[in-house]
Amino acid sequence: MSTFWQRYKRNRSAVFGLIVIVLVILMAATADLLYAFDPFRLAGKPLSGPGLNGFLLGSDSLGRDVAAGIVHGAKTSLLIGLIATLVAVFIGIVFGAFSGYYGGRLDDILMRITEIFQTIPSFIFAILLVAIMKPSIVSIVIAIAVVSWPGVARLVRGEFLALKNREFVQACHTLGMNDLRIMLREILPNCMSPIIVIGSLMVATAILIESGLAFLGLGDPNIMSWGFQIGAGRTMLRSAWWVCTFPGVAILITVLAINLVGEGLNDALNPRLRERN
Amino acid sequence: MTEKLLQIDNLFIELPTGSERQHAVQDLSLELTQGETLCVVGESGSGKSLTARAVMGLLPAPHVRVSGGQINFNGEDVTKATYDRLRDIRGSEISMIFQEPMTALNPVMSIGNQIDEIFRYHVSLSRSERIERAIELLRDVNLPNPEQIMNAYPHELSGGQRQRSMIAMALALKPQILIADEPTTALDVTTQAQILKLIRDMQTASNTGVLFITHDFGVVADIADRVVVMQHGIVVESGTVNQVLNSPEHPYTQALIGAVPSLMPREARSRSEKTVLQVKGLNKTFGGGRSFFGLGKLNREVRAVKDVELDLHKGETLGVVGESGSGKSTLARCIIRLMDTDSGEISIDGNEINGLSRAEMRPWRHKIQMVFQDPFASLNPRVRVGDIIAQGPVTQGVDRDEAIKRARELISIVGLDGRAFDRFPHEFSGGQRQRIGIARSLALKPEILIADEPVSALDVSIQAQILKLLDEIRDQMNLSMLFITHDLRVAAQVCDRLAVMRYGEIVETGATAKLFANPQHSYTRDLLAAVPGKEWKTGAKSTSVKSRTKSA
Repeated sequence: MSTFWQRYKRNRSAVFGLIVIVLVILMAATADLLYAFDPFRLAGKPLSGPGLNGFLLGSDSLGRDVAAGIVHGAKTSLLIGLIATLVAVFIGIVFGAFSGYYGGRLDDILMRITEIFQTIPSFIFAILLVAIMKPSIVSIVIAIAVVSWPGVARLVRGEFLALKNREFVQACHTLGMNDLRIMLREILPNCMSPIIVIGSLMVATAILIESGLAFLGLGDPNIMSWGFQIGAGRTMLRSAWWVCTFPGVAILITVLAINLVGEGLNDALNPRLRERN
Repeated sequence: MTEKLLQIDNLFIELPTGSERQHAVQDLSLELTQGETLCVVGESGSGKSLTARAVMGLLPAPHVRVSGGQINFNGEDVTKATYDRLRDIRGSEISMIFQEPMTALNPVMSIGNQIDEIFRYHVSLSRSERIERAIELLRDVNLPNPEQIMNAYPHELSGGQRQRSMIAMALALKPQILIADEPTTALDVTTQAQILKLIRDMQTASNTGVLFITHDFGVVADIADRVVVMQHGIVVESGTVNQVLNSPEHPYTQALIGAVPSLMPREARSRSEKTVLQVKGLNKTFGGGRSFFGLGKLNREVRAVKDVELDLHKGETLGVVGESGSGKSTLARCIIRLMDTDSGEISIDGNEINGLSRAEMRPWRHKIQMVFQDPFASLNPRVRVGDIIAQGPVTQGVDRDEAIKRARELISIVGLDGRAFDRFPHEFSGGQRQRIGIARSLALKPEILIADEPVSALDVSIQAQILKLLDEIRDQMNLSMLFITHDLRVAAQVCDRLAVMRYGEIVETGATAKLFANPQHSYTRDLLAAVPGKEWKTGAKSTSVKSRTKSA
């Protein structure tokens, strides 16, 4: 563990990304303390600029507090990003593991299914799914998971293909171990590093998709979200720039930070790939 | 005639901070004269390859660099040469051949093109002249149909042909020095013998100085004029081939030479009448499948195992020897049911196990176990050593506490420290890992042990220890062993009987001593004749060998 941290530390920008993420998480966790009210509440004079009328980052056309929206929106973004990724990684591992381990006909079938999902443009597919299921936090999570698992499946399949013929796996066969145990206990732990790396990057993508959906008005109407804020302020971009700008910056910084962390994890978990200097 | 080509004085090569030792090579001095072959011998990590690379200016800078001393090539210090000067020297005045010809050749360029490159960069000749020279070179290294090989890509050639092409390239500009870094290690014995002869012939023809890096004393005996022995980056002994091989002075050299298995077969032990494993008419074919939907043409078929018949008696060691691609590993994997066979019978104690499903096979698993070739690939890096050994019994339904107790016992039986139990495989060396692999296979108390090249990835000194361990265990546990190897020296020391395989067929079987003394099949004769350094170790050393066979 200490060597993992040492390797991670060598990548300065990854450390910076981690600090930012921790700050965003803290912000989301203390949202109800910082702004102990519903972010949809009308808090004061509409379209006040940043610092005016008691609004730190200004207010929008209905007098909602932009800063409160960002803080509460962080909760939504992180939660959806994380849960959707976990679901996607789970589906991906199941598909990839069976496909890579058993090969043959099963592999053909599972991979053709994966390809069907890969050929549909993911954002449009997500819009479609949410529109069909009615916008809610659950339907958004499902939509994001459904469009992002194929990448994981292909990755896990590749790893399983490479590992299943390794001698240590053959040794397990000669001991009479059953397949499920070999997959879970022997092979899967050996492909955790790339899965963690791709998973961390998927969180960033999931946040972007969620924001995009909310921007188009397909977010959960009862939950504050960065994408919704930008959508709400979009028409007043020239007169009230702050309504769009601050949530946009929040998305930018969070996604960038997650990507930096993903990069850092990659360096730390797959040290042999690095050697660049 | 005896002009000094290369003189290395007090060479130091520094490793990056945090490495196992500060210097890869320490205070090394050696010299090479025209027409001479100097062998640099040592085990892995002795710094022999880095020495060779330093001469070519090919050290992996900036991490590893020359930190002291001189490498004088015809009076010019190569360590101080500019990059451009080095490029002139490389290929034209000093050239190098590598261990693995497949990775040393560019896979997307034809052989002719790769040879042509050397001429284009170093001399000015017209295109037709260059082609003519290249064909001539390929003919010199005894490649059949040089015109055809000019247009061939590396993957279309065999290992031996690739190495010949590499040699052709290395000798294209008649270099004064040829550096050969384990050029035959990746090749089969019969090919190795041909390549060694080729290097020798080319050397006499053009009076080249050859710096030959190897770990194999058999090769040294065959090719060297003088020998330098290295250990941990330090030269421990140097002298003529006779001095070093027949009267080594340094204890390390003595130990290394002592560890080389002799070609004198062990005395066969009395053979039990009871057959524990019987294989009849076994066949295995690879390929021949079609793609998805059954479209496309049939894949090429390879018959890896053809009508193999074997029987293994209680307590004996049967060796399966053959070169790479002979199907010996496939045979082992078929017998232990890691692969399905096409046809044939495999019976343990008279019970047919071929054709059993995986579930039906499970109760038979504890009878037959396997030790794998590569100790780095055969242990799961994420599982602790204790669990690796205990997982067999646990899988077979033994109580967990009981399994752990057995694992602890086995760790001490295979000669490891008890603390190994809680460690991960990467904390161990190759030899220690192989001991762990052996412990794992013994945890189920098998009757039959299949050892698939268990020592071929190890240094000679470690190899001797592992072979001794296998011998002890076999006697202690009354194991019957199927020992797969490509190395006839190892086979001579371990096996009671031998089966010689070629192209998936067993061409000859017999008691080891009888087979060595009087080989019937021409292929067995070829194999025996190709063993490097065979005159050296059978004659002079026979006394010490005898004492070793007795104790075994």
